[in-house]
Amino acid sequence: MIQTMKPAKKRKIRGDGAWGYTFIAVALVVFALFTAYPVASAFIISFQEYKPLGSTYVGFDNYVNTFSDSLFWKSVKNTIVYTILTVPVALFLSFAVAILILPLKKWMQTTFKAVFYLPAVASGVALSVVWLWIFDPMSSGILNQLLGTVGIESQNWLGSSSTSMFSLVFMSWLSSHGTSIIIYLAALLGIDTSYYEAAELDGANFLQKLWYIVIPCLKPTTLFLLVTGVIGSFQVFQNAYLMTGGGPDNSTTMVGLLIFNNAFKYFEFGEAAAQSLILALLIAGIAMVQFKFLGKEVEY
Amino acid sequence: MALFNNHLANNKMKFFRNTIIIILLLLFALATLFPIYFMIISSLGDPVEAGAMSYSLFPTKISLDSYKFFFDYSEYSFRWLTNSLIVAGAVTISNVFFASMAGYAFSKIQFKGRAFLFTLLLCAMMIPYQVTQVPLYILIVNVFHIQNTYSALIMPGLVTVYNIFLAKQFMTTIPKEIIESGKMEGASQFQIYVKIILPLSKTVMAVMAILTFMENWNTFFWPFLVTNTMDMQTIQVGLKNFRFANTTYFAPMMAGATISALPMFILFFSLQKYFLEGVTVGAVKG
Repeated sequence: MIQTMKPAKKRKIRGDGAWGYTFIAVALVVFALFTAYPVASAFIISFQEYKPLGSTYVGFDNYVNTFSDSLFWKSVKNTIVYTILTVPVALFLSFAVAILILPLKKWMQTTFKAVFYLPAVASGVALSVVWLWIFDPMSSGILNQLLGTVGIESQNWLGSSSTSMFSLVFMSWLSSHGTSIIIYLAALLGIDTSYYEAAELDGANFLQKLWYIVIPCLKPTTLFLLVTGVIGSFQVFQNAYLMTGGGPDNSTTMVGLLIFNNAFKYFEFGEAAAQSLILALLIAGIAMVQFKFLGKEVEY
Repeated sequence: MALFNNHLANNKMKFFRNTIIIILLLLFALATLFPIYFMIISSLGDPVEAGAMSYSLFPTKISLDSYKFFFDYSEYSFRWLTNSLIVAGAVTISNVFFASMAGYAFSKIQFKGRAFLFTLLLCAMMIPYQVTQVPLYILIVNVFHIQNTYSALIMPGLVTVYNIFLAKQFMTTIPKEIIESGKMEGASQFQIYVKIILPLSKTVMAVMAILTFMENWNTFFWPFLVTNTMDMQTIQVGLKNFRFANTTYFAPMMAGATISALPMFILFFSLQKYFLEGVTVGAVKG
């Protein structure tokens, strides 16, 4: 019996196997050519001085140069400052909005979800064009006008190194938080109501329920949003590039922009590749630390 | 019985509470929607240089001259929209087809190296795009010599790991019995994929199509890198160039921004359900 079953089963698996490879063939070729090969290539380029016709091997020069470059450290600092000012605020805002949406009727929940998601469908370039005018440094600029009504004098938002970083952060605060709101809301709706019932029997009020039930239950969601938020923020490039170009005085040069400049402004491909790999390690390290310290009690 | 006490002393209290909540939510919505509102009403102004003008929060007049100004800027302005449509459309169709095929294979077909390959793909998802951008640029420009072509714009996006993951996550939930019964009827794997799997995966495919289309319509970085003539640029790159060439033309810039965003607004309002579903499909299971 076993003797006769075996070949038949094997043939079946082999037959399916061919289909399996056929089905993933295109995906695999695209992946190999446009992801795997570039990653491997990035390693090699990072040890080279790139020239279109024959690069030269320079050992760890690109890494050494990067670590001794004060602009690199400044860009790391800027990236960290930007992340600390944007990600926690975004998490708090989304959490608060999701909590507020929760008691509303279903159709209202959907409407608000759509309203908060809407800005996310506009392209980053379009929004950067709009914000450029909102930040118009003239006293007639929209933001300056609004602040003028409460007696704050006009600021040179993007043009002064003391306000340029804050301007980018402010823009991020008022960008779409729809995705996080929807994710938080889905998690909130997933909390078992028996927890609340038990808490109510113990006489818990709204804040106590929030603190002892909601926040612990949403910890995996918060961790997910935190990690993806930090990863995204460390790669931020577009707004800095389009709004300030990294200036003034490199006050908004973040790592993503520095790599772009090295690669496509100065054509220092080797150094850009080295810096991109450092960035990848940095991101992986931070994600791991977050999982370690915050993920302890999280069960998946 | 829930986080919020729904048994308030009387209905008046509940009404009062919900009113305050709605006011708070509306205030926040106002703040995040403001840039879009400002963009649209300002685009209806006259195409004059900003100079001494002052902005207004309410439309003072409605004219489409700024839109005309934007389209007159370059003979290729309409072409930018077509290019965006071609690129985003091609990438979307390819992803829906090939990512779902790969997703099916990774979820339901047994083959050697499946787990390894899938893990490899997942690991690749965590690599920041900065790592691949330089080698990818060299590959397209210096090796393939296809810069400034549709191929260069489309090829790197043909199948994304994210979409494979999305398809795989969904298809894993399809019961094995359905596929087995298909096999009993003598259907080949390809027939099973076309006749059984695809019809069952319509929603996830719609979500995938919409998110992929939106992402590629809005993308700026890659088209900016690999195009160097106006006739090959996408609307996002064109808008950026318009901005740098006409730094003082406020209303036309807003008109351009509106043009670049409008197709997505239309898509969003007509297919809202899939947009909102896409968020949770991609995230909670991820």
